[in-house]
Amino acid sequence: CLPMIRIPEANSLSFEAEYRRFALKKNGAGSFQEFYQLLQTIHRIPGVDVLLGYADIHGDLLPINNDDNFHKALSSANPLLRIIIQRRDEDEPVVFPTNSLQRRKKGLAGLRPSQQKNKPALLIGLPQDFRQISSIIDVDILPETHRRVRLHKHGTHKPLGFYIRDGVSVRVTPQGVEKVPGVFISRLVRGGLAESTGLLGVNDEILEVNGIDVAGKSLDQVTDMMVANSHNLIVTVKPANQRNNVVHRGSKASAGNGSAGSGGSALSHESAHSPASQTVSQCSNSNSVAEGDSDDDDTDLIIESDNLPSYTPHRSLANGNIHGNTPSSGVFGHRPLPQSVSLPSSSSLPTKTSSSQESMREDGNFITL
Amino acid sequence: MMKFRFRRQGHDPQREKIKQDLFAFNKTVEHGFPNQPSALAYDPKLQLMAIGTKSGAIKVYGAPGVECTGLHKETATVTQLHFFPGQGRILSLLDDNTLHLWEIEQKEQCSHLEEVCSFMLPGRSGIESTSATRVTVLLPKLSCDLLAVGTEGGGVHFLDYLFAGSNILLLTTLFSSVPEEYKCGKSLGPVESLQEHPQHPDKILIGYSRGLVVLWDLQIFVVCVFLLQQLESLVWVRSGNSFVSSHSDGGYMVWPVSSSTPCTHEPVTSTIPYGPFPCKAVNKILWRTTESGAPLVLFSGGMPRASYGDRHCLTILQDSQHITLDFTSRVIDFFTIHCIDRDKEFDDPLALVVLLEEELVVIDLQTAGWPTIPSPYLAPLHSSAITCSYHISNVPTKLWDRVISAGQRQCHLQTHTNWPICGGKNLAPSPKQQELLLTGHEDGTVRFWDASGVSLRPLYKLSTANIFQTDCDHNDSLTQAGEEDWPPFRKVGCFDPYSDDPRLGIQKICLCKYSGKLLVAGTAGQVIVLYLCDEKSDHMIDVATVDLLQDREGFTWKGHDRLPPKSSSVPFAPGFQPVVLVQCMPPAAVTAVTLHAEWNLIAFGTSHGFGLFDYHRRSPVLARCTLHPNDSLAMEGPLSRVKSLKKSLRQSFRRIRKSRVSGKKCALWLAEQDAEVTPVQRRIEPRSADDSLSGVVRCLCFADTFLRDGTHHGPTMWAGTNSGCVYAYALDVPSQDKFSEQSVEALLGKEIQLMHRAPVVSIAVLDGRGNPLPEPYEVSRDLAKAPDMQGSHSVLIASEEQFKVFMLPRVSAKTKFKLTAHEGCRVRKVALVNFSSVASEDYSENGLVCLTNLGDIHVFSIPALRPQVRYDCIRKEDISGIASCVFTKTGQGFYLISPSEYERFSLSARVITKPLCQLDVDRPHDPSELSPLSSPALDSPNSSADITLDTTGELTVEDVKDFLV
Repeated sequence: CLPMIRIPEANSLSFEAEYRRFALKKNGAGSFQEFYQLLQTIHRIPGVDVLLGYADIHGDLLPINNDDNFHKALSSANPLLRIIIQRRDEDEPVVFPTNSLQRRKKGLAGLRPSQQKNKPALLIGLPQDFRQISSIIDVDILPETHRRVRLHKHGTHKPLGFYIRDGVSVRVTPQGVEKVPGVFISRLVRGGLAESTGLLGVNDEILEVNGIDVAGKSLDQVTDMMVANSHNLIVTVKPANQRNNVVHRGSKASAGNGSAGSGGSALSHESAHSPASQTVSQCSNSNSVAEGDSDDDDTDLIIESDNLPSYTPHRSLANGNIHGNTPSSGVFGHRPLPQSVSLPSSSSLPTKTSSSQESMREDGNFITL
Repeated sequence: MMKFRFRRQGHDPQREKIKQDLFAFNKTVEHGFPNQPSALAYDPKLQLMAIGTKSGAIKVYGAPGVECTGLHKETATVTQLHFFPGQGRILSLLDDNTLHLWEIEQKEQCSHLEEVCSFMLPGRSGIESTSATRVTVLLPKLSCDLLAVGTEGGGVHFLDYLFAGSNILLLTTLFSSVPEEYKCGKSLGPVESLQEHPQHPDKILIGYSRGLVVLWDLQIFVVCVFLLQQLESLVWVRSGNSFVSSHSDGGYMVWPVSSSTPCTHEPVTSTIPYGPFPCKAVNKILWRTTESGAPLVLFSGGMPRASYGDRHCLTILQDSQHITLDFTSRVIDFFTIHCIDRDKEFDDPLALVVLLEEELVVIDLQTAGWPTIPSPYLAPLHSSAITCSYHISNVPTKLWDRVISAGQRQCHLQTHTNWPICGGKNLAPSPKQQELLLTGHEDGTVRFWDASGVSLRPLYKLSTANIFQTDCDHNDSLTQAGEEDWPPFRKVGCFDPYSDDPRLGIQKICLCKYSGKLLVAGTAGQVIVLYLCDEKSDHMIDVATVDLLQDREGFTWKGHDRLPPKSSSVPFAPGFQPVVLVQCMPPAAVTAVTLHAEWNLIAFGTSHGFGLFDYHRRSPVLARCTLHPNDSLAMEGPLSRVKSLKKSLRQSFRRIRKSRVSGKKCALWLAEQDAEVTPVQRRIEPRSADDSLSGVVRCLCFADTFLRDGTHHGPTMWAGTNSGCVYAYALDVPSQDKFSEQSVEALLGKEIQLMHRAPVVSIAVLDGRGNPLPEPYEVSRDLAKAPDMQGSHSVLIASEEQFKVFMLPRVSAKTKFKLTAHEGCRVRKVALVNFSSVASEDYSENGLVCLTNLGDIHVFSIPALRPQVRYDCIRKEDISGIASCVFTKTGQGFYLISPSEYERFSLSARVITKPLCQLDVDRPHDPSELSPLSSPALDSPNSSADITLDTTGELTVEDVKDFLV
């Protein structure tokens, strides 16, 4: 018997959330259609167009709109499966991007499961249904022989999967051809992120790491720079294979990135400038706050203790004697952490979801900054 | 798109000026004992000592504080050093057979050593091997005008002090008359010794290694021949009526020299002091006459080969007095400091200076019993290997005096004789504040050094081994008893590289300079709290064990056991006396400690977790495991390298097998191919949570700040780990009068996981004005300004990759600097430093100083984290140098340039500790005063430089005639 839980029905007009928890047999789950109807029944919203999403183990919000991803969702239940139901809203664009849980406010509209259910045709997902893992950026400002690739590490358990080495690069200078030391990609790991994008290849010369020229830097320095930027790595390379270069500026370029479906230069530009990737948060919470910083790649996880009691003046007064500037009257019963929010998991769920999260949760709440 | 990242600070000229007044990088002085010394010289006129090293450095020392250094361009061993007495000129011979002349130059207040010229004896081109012109001995004449150079080919060259012109003396007439066993092929063999006659400067004693000794007079060419055995060294007796030779059979002989009988074949005396069994060679001998009677004979070596052949000994003999100084390292060279006044009849030596491979020992020869004189410099820092260093700035006089008096009571058997090497004048002003440098050693000792000035002076030594039961306890007494009465050995020196038990090694030190409480932590998880006490005591130590695994299942410690503490009471001398011993379980090496004497708390961390302990009540407050469930390496202890060793063994076996199959040539080719196919590669992956050793606690800190809320501050403790995790605890510390009744409580307040997961190198809390919080007791004793407790505090977290300032109590990021992302270097050491300006006494700024894995030092402003300056400091290959670096609070720093030497550097433009000294040299500056080859004797027609230089190796009869009339 598989317990399932349904979490908030976030209405686009009001944030009234409603939690429901129910059980489902794991093997007898049936098709997506049956499940969709079951939900409508449980929530007493027959006929309302809704979008279904679930939180996968990485904390990403993924859509449920056909049999395949429905079964995938069920298989990821451990044992709870959190399903988020949202009213379809035609106005807002749809994204199921990386860390999409953070942007839930934008809504899940745009998914069209209900219309498509009747069509016998093969369901082909929209680009928005996929998580972006890489993009080519800055095509308009780079020379045609160079390529600037952004790798999104967030939310995947795939390794970045590449190695670099020292080498000799040939540069054409006014004085003639000059040999200078350079750093090259030496190996791509099978199944790794770098290989799956198809944007990086063995013997590509690395020119920049996150905008910083690597000329004159040692292999170890370049390694450290890449590791330090690994959560949002932007490498400018001179591909060894120059045949796939972007020829015309401003064209919708997407080079050999079939599976990832990077949306071309226009889209890439936007994503490069926006804080596209954010912390992978293990829990969804509408009170999550995104860091205002435009710098996007390292939002640290700060765990607040729930059991930290409020200030008790009778004990600290002792120290007050020493420093002389402790206020003499304390505020009793004042909760010092106004921003801490209790979790659905700890408040409404008696069972902990997974052991790895347990250790992080036992002390209290998460605040993602 | 990345442009916005590099908001460069505009070049504000005003700011640049302030920066110039604040920051300046200088490597100022080297402390400690030179690594691998190879040569020693002494100038009795200027009273200066020079030491040459295998790396080609020359260091000159005079009175304490007087020193200067020179480094040869070539990194070759300095094999010999000689002073031109009184002139401040030093002659060096390197093992590449080049001669170099150095001069001491006075520039403003500093003395410098500068190379003037270098010279190499020209060898014969063609078949002749260069060994013939290989220099074996040097003799700068006391008159300073002439330099005699003995070579392996048996020739003696005469050069002037600038190496101009050269005359050669080849004693080939002798050749026919000398018995066969004194010859070496076609020549007389290498020149072993050149000694100038003490009374007649024109007479030179030339000793060949085969045993032939010739007394040569530069004026009248009289030759006096002695036939001895294999020769090791020669020395004149002061009167000039006899000389002493030492030999490879362990004996020495005294030979009479008188004008009436030019040639003798019988020595006056001949002794083998450690006979009759075969003895090792007497490498060098000195003969010093005394007014009181019997001459003092000092020689190195000569020990009985079978029983004591492995000892490094130097013997002092006078009449019936006989002492065999037994050193722990090889004797490089030695000299005596004695009367050089020619009118005086006796040498009357003051002191014996012995340069050993690892230390310098000075023996007082005037005091009965020949005690040692403590050295004010050249301290053997590495008497046991240095495992950690800790610096305390601005030490209160009270603590300073107590440490010194404790140290004085430790040394017995010392003289009141002043340091005998006292040339030059120390111009450095006496230090404004006292500074202590503490070094932790492998043998469990902590040494206290006076780091206030140019010479690092030992103050006090603390041993922690005596509170543990170790195997070595009774060893000492056994060996002592087993020693026979003869030879009369006396152990001298403190270099002792053999650690009794590696677990005793000191890993971390923390000292509260106001309360005299010391925290010392070691390799076997031992954390010791010591109180400074002026009386001796005999007490039991309270022992507590803290389990840092906290019931974490599935781990078994495969490393060493903890050190068993002694169960009885232990006597302690005045000084720092252990009071509490906390042992971490598992007993992994302690990786971080901190002490708050005002709260009576210590915190300590290992690779498994961290603990908090109330040493007043002797009770543990907190223990927290930081292990990641996947981290298996952490449990294997120090032997975790076995794995990789296994792997590399397997690989090398594979390689061998491959080479056997395909034959030698093919293997070579394969190896080359291999090298081309698989170049050095680096994997690019983000740091993950389960990287090995992620649980290592890297830093701990106490702070009185705002963790609970923005209005009430209180005691807090912070811990940072290798995986980029920071734990912040709010502490409930009872008031001072209730310490005994109430217990301290710790509650986890915040847990910060840095997204980039890089190891946390340091944590510091800044007050409302962005200044670091003062140390415990500083405010309550009115020694520092109270921190700003009104404004909001912030915490500065420095990881290996970036610096970040978070506001408190909310822990929201305020500023950051991503060093690794920008520069590709990783943070190794950081410190908060107060830089004061040279322009104005009152103006100072706080800065974050950071040493990276590339060996460069960056300074950042706080809390804005703006880069200020960057200097190259240490070579990036010098990993142990980088690991040993410590910063002072005022912008200086120390790092080890060898196991035995600290380089001191300063980042501050104001606070600089460098040798300021004056050496008055009496040097004829006009080169014409010294005409090349002033000795007329050598101006014979056929001995001009161009001809004679050609004849070094092979000799003809004609040559002989020219020279020997």
